[in-house]
Amino acid sequence: MQIYLPIAEVSVNMFTLLGLGGIVGLLSGLFGVGGGFLITPLLFFIGIPPAVAVATGANQVVASSVSGVLAQLKRKAVDIPMGLVLLVGGLLGSASGIYVFNLLTRLGQIDLAVQLCYVVFLGGIGVLMFLESLRTMRRQRTGGVRKKRNPHSWAHKLPFKFKFRASGLYISVIPPLLVGVLVGVLAAIMGVGGGFIMVPAMIYLLHMPTKVVIGTSLFQILFVSAFTTLMHAITNQTVDVMLALLLIAGGVVGAQIGSRMGAKLKAEQLRILLALLVIVVALKLGADLVITPHDIYSIASGGHA
Amino acid sequence: MIRALIALSAVLLTAMPLCAQVAAGTETAPAKPPEQIVAGLSRDNIGITTSFDGSQILIYGAIKRQAPEPEDQKLAVIVTLEGPLGPVLIRRKSREFGIWVNTASVGVASAPSYYAVATSGPLDQILDRRVDVQQRISVPMAMRAFSGPLLVQNTQPFTQAMIRIRERQGLYQLETGGVRLVENTLFRADFSLPANLTEGEYKTRIFLLRDGKLVDQYQSAISVNKVGLERWLYMLSHQHAALYGLLSLAVAVIAGWAAAAIFRFIR
Repeated sequence: MQIYLPIAEVSVNMFTLLGLGGIVGLLSGLFGVGGGFLITPLLFFIGIPPAVAVATGANQVVASSVSGVLAQLKRKAVDIPMGLVLLVGGLLGSASGIYVFNLLTRLGQIDLAVQLCYVVFLGGIGVLMFLESLRTMRRQRTGGVRKKRNPHSWAHKLPFKFKFRASGLYISVIPPLLVGVLVGVLAAIMGVGGGFIMVPAMIYLLHMPTKVVIGTSLFQILFVSAFTTLMHAITNQTVDVMLALLLIAGGVVGAQIGSRMGAKLKAEQLRILLALLVIVVALKLGADLVITPHDIYSIASGGHA
Repeated sequence: MIRALIALSAVLLTAMPLCAQVAAGTETAPAKPPEQIVAGLSRDNIGITTSFDGSQILIYGAIKRQAPEPEDQKLAVIVTLEGPLGPVLIRRKSREFGIWVNTASVGVASAPSYYAVATSGPLDQILDRRVDVQQRISVPMAMRAFSGPLLVQNTQPFTQAMIRIRERQGLYQLETGGVRLVENTLFRADFSLPANLTEGEYKTRIFLLRDGKLVDQYQSAISVNKVGLERWLYMLSHQHAALYGLLSLAVAVIAGWAAAAIFRFIR
């Protein structure tokens, strides 16, 4: 059944969108990530204009993070002060990200920028995650002891210290602020929540305990992607609510199946699978940049040279 | 009026060979051509609904004559359907540091978002080149002036690329033999509009030609509009962008909350 999307101005099969949302929901339920990094490239692939895909992707992330954050709040696994600091950085990052997005769109380099971001960040994170999981699995097999993290890092020497009770940290607000800014910029340019950047950054840079990491990152992602959606809607009119609704509907069902499947797998196995998935997406996008395109010409309606 | 008619019939009776010339001259001559197009459209508006999946348009008509048909000149009919005009930017990639980057571009001030030409015969045989330039009939003629300063030496590959890409998307098409001419009097042309239509006025033009020269032409328009929910959402997103943004957020938040609630309920 074809459905005409009012903002994207293309007609797409409804079941394709539901299925797409479902697959991404399945993965996000399985791995506990927003899935934005998958949905945006997949939307490009089915012919949704990139600007619409990015903006609508952000809207879809809002839905998945709302349902995630509600569950985490119930478990008291959200460090709200930390989330707010990350959020301030995130909003600054998102606003400048939208500016950069519009600038690159005018220059005709937005597709390249989005693809490069995906290749660099996804590829990097994927490889790191893969190596880390391999190390953990090997350590478990040999029965070795986990090396205790050094809590005294450079982050302790910075001013504006603040006590984050839920995380059990007494650190400067500058590092979380910077992490927030980075994630905000990426959220605006890539149409992702940025969980795949933020979660490792919180664990390895800020040394937050793992149990509050997911909830706190979801809390921040929720507000940053809501802000990003609003900014895209106001400045570019590129949020397609019909598209978002179908993706969300599929995603909700997929997430339920995914989290049930996830309960049956081990954390390390899940992480390795996620790492492989991330690497595959990054490789595919990287290949597109290097392989000679089918047609070196492309057209964009509107705009000036 | 009556005098004009008398003058016209006098012309018709006495100077038959002149007719073609008179008619093919310019549009400024209001004299009635010896052969006239009487045409109709199967519909004059198309509504883009949620389930819109392309549309069929039938353009049909007849040729009305005041005098017997000239036998030695070949009759041809061309029907064009042109979507709303808009600026287009054509970009060219080149390999820089091993990756493909958009490096050159050419702006076209206005090109139709959709352009279909149906003819009763091969275009190069039935249409005089000058008439084509004057009336902008064939597909390559659809593109209008360039916009902005030209930064490339040769624009031709760019405009050809635009036509090639849009032909591939089914947005530009030439259908030789797409006009069926019956007894040199009745004609019809079928167009199938793709699903990815832009809103606006779609101009239909019918050209009646003899030996490549224009005898008569007819114009009409079909309006293509989003209707119902599609229209409402589109208008809202452009006129009340902030409200629309908040609506999208509300949809996402409610959906997310409902998902969590239902999930809990099932468990």
